[in-house]
Amino acid sequence: MLRIDCPVCGIRDHSEFSYGEDASITYPELSNTDRQAWYEAVFLRDNPRGLHLERWHHVQGCRQWLIVARDTLTHDISSVTLAHPKAASQLKAPRKLTKGNAGKASSASKTAMSKNAANGVAS
Amino acid sequence: MKRYSAFSIIKNGLAGHKHWERAWRDPKPKKAYDVIIIGGGGHGLATAYYLAKNHGITNVAVLEKGWLGGGNAGRNTTIVRSNYFREGNTAFYEHSLKLWEGLSQDLNYNVMFSQRGHLNLYFTPAQRDALARRYNTMRLNGIDGDWLTRDQVRKMVPHLNYAEDARYEIMGGYLQKRAGTARHDAVNWGFARAASNLGVDIIQQCEVTDFITKAGRIVGVNTTKGEIRAEKVGMAVAGSTSLLAHKAGLGNLPIESHKLQAFVSEPLKPFLDTVVVYANGHGHFYISQSDKGGMVFGGNIDGYNSYAQKGNLPIYTDVASCAMNIMPALGRIKVLRQWAGIMDMSMDGSPFISKTKIPGLYLNAGWCYGGFKATPGSGWCFAHTIAHDAPHEINKLLTLDRFEAGIHIDESGHGPFPKAH
Ligand SMILES: Cc1cc2nc3c(=O)[nH]c(=O)nc-3n(C[C@H](O)[C@H](O)[C@H](O)COP(=O)(O)OP(=O)(O)OC[C@H]3O[C@@H](n4cnc5c(N)ncnc54)[C@H](O)[C@@H]3O)c2cc1C
Ligand SMILES: [Zn+2]
Repeated sequence: MLRIDCPVCGIRDHSEFSYGEDASITYPELSNTDRQAWYEAVFLRDNPRGLHLERWHHVQGCRQWLIVARDTLTHDISSVTLAHPKAASQLKAPRKLTKGNAGKASSASKTAMSKNAANGVAS
Repeated sequence: MKRYSAFSIIKNGLAGHKHWERAWRDPKPKKAYDVIIIGGGGHGLATAYYLAKNHGITNVAVLEKGWLGGGNAGRNTTIVRSNYFREGNTAFYEHSLKLWEGLSQDLNYNVMFSQRGHLNLYFTPAQRDALARRYNTMRLNGIDGDWLTRDQVRKMVPHLNYAEDARYEIMGGYLQKRAGTARHDAVNWGFARAASNLGVDIIQQCEVTDFITKAGRIVGVNTTKGEIRAEKVGMAVAGSTSLLAHKAGLGNLPIESHKLQAFVSEPLKPFLDTVVVYANGHGHFYISQSDKGGMVFGGNIDGYNSYAQKGNLPIYTDVASCAMNIMPALGRIKVLRQWAGIMDMSMDGSPFISKTKIPGLYLNAGWCYGGFKATPGSGWCFAHTIAHDAPHEINKLLTLDRFEAGIHIDESGHGPFPKAH
């Protein structure tokens, strides 16, 4: 079992997460119509044996997307950070959501979602 | 090479099996060859064999960094079938299955190919319809496939879980009768022996570390046993493809390396005489019984990029629950061994048998977890591609640059997410 130290939830088994693949890719702006740029971002992978930046979605936890640095040979995880710290900070704030900040949180996670869509993340 | 026959078995048996000749030569590498194949898995060995047999190119070396069959060729669950749906795959896998049907005779080596059938179960009307579409397409392409009702499935494999309160109730199945299993080690050894007999040098413990080019063309490789020259180099290194591609200057490829596990139980008396598989919302599972009696089974890949040839626990429990779901009788059987191999997962789940942008360099990769069945067909097509510097009609769609042209051969319809194929 990989153990991922989620910045929001703490150390959890990787079976709580969904794998979101290579996080080192910079996707072109949505307005970019260059075929080659999209081809490279969508289809080509560095696929290193060693340090790999990857996305994991804490589906059965805080539902945040994380950026994990993991070695693909030893499976050692060297860092875990939030992909969208702004959205997460809304989340982490008060457990008891008041009407006001509940609205804020959901609009923040909406931005997170549309960012993910732009990043081509599969959920 | 002395041919194997019933007579040779009796003769050698009477002599206490002390006089069998070695199955393939163990030569030192020459300075140069006409063709170098990197990777002594099934695909590399088959390629060398068909280069010699079909194209008369015998000055060939197969360079293997470890030992023959130490990679996926010796780690797979040995299922052979041709129940594919997409153009590009259909003709290729059927061609491969036809080669399997004559392989033991052709190689003079018993690869124990057993056409015991491959039974694909369904549990919902939606699965039935999706499989009907696939199996009808197969029939239109001249590939055998039959639709079985629940009663027919029950007659064929009486000890599946037919309980009406089963979490997933078996509704029926689709059968490819010509499909089955083969002995993976025998396939590697058989190709090695037959290729060596035709003049191919098989060199183990010889890792390719770099490529030598001249004016943009391949002229050879550097290895742990020194420099070896050839105008044509074919790569068939499965899970290590990206590593070598970077060294060759091919850049990033549409491939990710993932691991797949397999499991084998303690040996049982004859229990299952066909291959049973299913994929539904619950899981993905395939099982057969080896000739030694072990139940050989597996499921999904572990689901994240990996070069570690060892499996992880969640899939272990997934696969075990899939087994219990379909064959509760297995509940008290002990798992004897479990292992993993590194798969070259492609962006559409289909392979590449292709030229590359570097003249003289050819690529055989992207087999995901279905490349064992492809072994003879892959070698046959790759040999043709190398010999003619052009693909055969059968592999002309399996190109490395197909995504650039917007062509996907995506059987499962999952899109460019290797973990999902
Ligand atoms: C657990 C598991 C179950 C599977 N089940 C099935 C199944 O039921 N049916 C099916 O059709 N397929 C199955 N497969 C897939 C199938 O095994 C592979 O697709 C196929 O074996 C790949 O081709 P190969 O035999 O040439 O690969 P490999 O045997 O992996 O050969 C590649 C070789 O290249 C060598 N190599 C790598 N780098 C270098 C280098 N730099 N220099 C020299 N040599 C190098 C490696 O050591 C290795 O021996 C399964 C795979 C696994 C792991
Ligand atoms: Zn979390």
